[in-house]
Amino acid sequence: MDAIILQILNGLDKGSAYALIALGLTLIFGTLGVVNFAHGALFMIGAFCAVTLSRVLNLGFETVDPNKTDFLGNPATVKTTYIEHWLGAELGGGILDWGVPLAILFAIPIMVLIGFAMERGLIKHFYHRPHADQILVTFGLAIVLQEIIKYFYGANPIQTPAPEVFRGSFDFGTLIGFDPGQIIYPYWRLVYFGFAAVIIGAVFAFLRFTTFGMVVRAGMADRETVGLLGINIDKRFTIMFGLAAAVAGVAGVMYVPINPPSYHMGMDFLVLSFVVVVVGGMGSLPGAVLAGFLLGILESFASMGAVIDLLPGINQIIIYLVAIIILLTRPRGLMGRKGVMED
Amino acid sequence: MLGLGKRDFALLLVVFVLTMLAPFLLNPFPVNSAMAQFNAGYPDLMQRFVIFGIFAIGYNILFGLTGYLSFGHAAFLGVGSYAAVWMFKLFSMNVIPAIALAVATSGLFALLIGYISLRRSGIYFAILTLAFAQMSYALAYSVLTPITGGETGLQLALSDPRILDAAVAQGGNIPVPGLFGLKMNASTELAIGDWVFTFSVGYYFCAVAMLLAFYMAIRLFRSPFGMMLRAIKSNNTRMSYTGLYARPYALAAFVISGMYAGLAGGLMASMDPLAGAERMFWTASGEVVLMTILGGVGTLIGPVLGASAIKYMENIVSKINEEILHSWFAFLPDGLENVLVAVIYPFVGKGWHLTLGLVFMLVVIFLPGGLVEGGQRIGRLLRGKKAKSPTKSTQSNPAE
Repeated sequence: MDAIILQILNGLDKGSAYALIALGLTLIFGTLGVVNFAHGALFMIGAFCAVTLSRVLNLGFETVDPNKTDFLGNPATVKTTYIEHWLGAELGGGILDWGVPLAILFAIPIMVLIGFAMERGLIKHFYHRPHADQILVTFGLAIVLQEIIKYFYGANPIQTPAPEVFRGSFDFGTLIGFDPGQIIYPYWRLVYFGFAAVIIGAVFAFLRFTTFGMVVRAGMADRETVGLLGINIDKRFTIMFGLAAAVAGVAGVMYVPINPPSYHMGMDFLVLSFVVVVVGGMGSLPGAVLAGFLLGILESFASMGAVIDLLPGINQIIIYLVAIIILLTRPRGLMGRKGVMED
Repeated sequence: MLGLGKRDFALLLVVFVLTMLAPFLLNPFPVNSAMAQFNAGYPDLMQRFVIFGIFAIGYNILFGLTGYLSFGHAAFLGVGSYAAVWMFKLFSMNVIPAIALAVATSGLFALLIGYISLRRSGIYFAILTLAFAQMSYALAYSVLTPITGGETGLQLALSDPRILDAAVAQGGNIPVPGLFGLKMNASTELAIGDWVFTFSVGYYFCAVAMLLAFYMAIRLFRSPFGMMLRAIKSNNTRMSYTGLYARPYALAAFVISGMYAGLAGGLMASMDPLAGAERMFWTASGEVVLMTILGGVGTLIGPVLGASAIKYMENIVSKINEEILHSWFAFLPDGLENVLVAVIYPFVGKGWHLTLGLVFMLVVIFLPGGLVEGGQRIGRLLRGKKAKSPTKSTQSNPAE
């Protein structure tokens, strides 16, 4: 029992990342009808926003401290960051420590701008071209984006820690009546799950309860009629693209402490996210979220020792296996709508 | 000639001459000159040109003719390599049985995957093929280690049985793959003045294989079967309305293109007898898509051009470093030199992927027919506009 709960928890953080990326992919696909292979790159750029902010915050100057010496006996230099110098050790240190969550504020405007630029500059011209062309051009864009990041940040993963409070693990089992020490779970993964739940809830609420969201949903159902009603649906769809980019970006920001970002992380996640989208059903937002969590949890169950002993190698292929079975038995995915992506 | 039309025969002849003279054509610079690093005429790289050319020709038969975008084609190449290496290990170092087994195994594998994947089309087909390829990759890396060698890859060993010929070559070394006594790594050098040209057995063997593959591709493109595949691409639904069941044709195209990939894999293993799982990774599948699109999808010669262009960039452009750039622009004033080098440097050397991505995007946006269409447009411009109507291109019209 405790093992099962542990595996569900382990699946949640990866599942959250899948769900967030798949949600953005589905938003773009549902509104603009574009298959965006560069979405993983947006996730990666978000992660590097966090890296950039932490580098900026860590800028500082060095002073010689006469009271201390280094191992050679020379006076030691002490690095003080500007932010601590200006705001004092208390507040400045706090800001430094909370660099990753703060990077969300920094990443949202950047990601929205990148999203707008991508949609207006490139993807707009591909609405009337075949899906294969859309896949190919965004695939090319993804290569370009990741090479740019590689040029500036190098090829190695960059460690960026979570805030002090959330480092380490806690005993989740004691909360629900297990003996101590049975279900140990890192704090930050729980934070990530909570964060993903909030973002997903916010996106759904935005689409469900605002006038803007209503118009967008109407446009998803019948773009032409909404246009005939005198609504500039293209502009709204562009904003939705920006929103989808921001969702991918913040998903990347928060993922930084779990997995040090490197330039190819976007591609790694993208392939799986596409599988997630297809399993959930192209164009279905709840399907994308459901499939994201489902596949994340299945993946972590498949990595249990007992399961691997029974079916060796299953942890490597479970997601693809599920995708194949679902595509062959339910061609539209779990919750796909009729008439989406059907030739 | 050879059952080909005049234009096709001329094309085949041009390709024949180019591949046979490649050791000269790709080595235009003297050995010790500053430009010598742009010489691509060394056997290893030339072999890669033709092997990936075969891979891309095969991919083009599927994607170019039927329009099915497969994102998992590298799996067949990987399976082909494994099969060939096993043939070397168990039976003989002769490359013919190894390649035959590679082609047959990949064909069977493609039949299995294609039979399942072709039930869906469009992006679902792409995801299904991707899923199968990723599964093969993951399994080859982990569970199938006894067959695939896992992370280290499958290599020859002295203890292999090799029941048909001597298990151990003279001197106690592992024998080299060969063709009835001709060793694949044998080569002769020809020095003319400052130029040195290398002729290797391996390259010419691969080149002959590519010419055969190319010839068969032309025949296939011009056959009623090829016409049927094009019809699947332009309107599959209408094909069904006329009472024709199109899936066996698509499956045949899938298997043929899988066998081409197997041939490429077998040749790769023959040139260098080892096989690793990374050949099946999805980036390798993405690479063949890039090659085909870059050269010109649906054209005959395009995939070969695309494969050569990408392999040239990977091996030659990636070697340009900052010092070389400085030496090129040394004639400029210092400030200008540094600015130019700083601007160009991100695009060459280790950043060659960036150039590749940009070129690829530009091709998809402006030249959907790839380099071949670019060449045709330039040709048309040079000839003036009067030659507009009679140019019957090999490009098939993309349709959704």
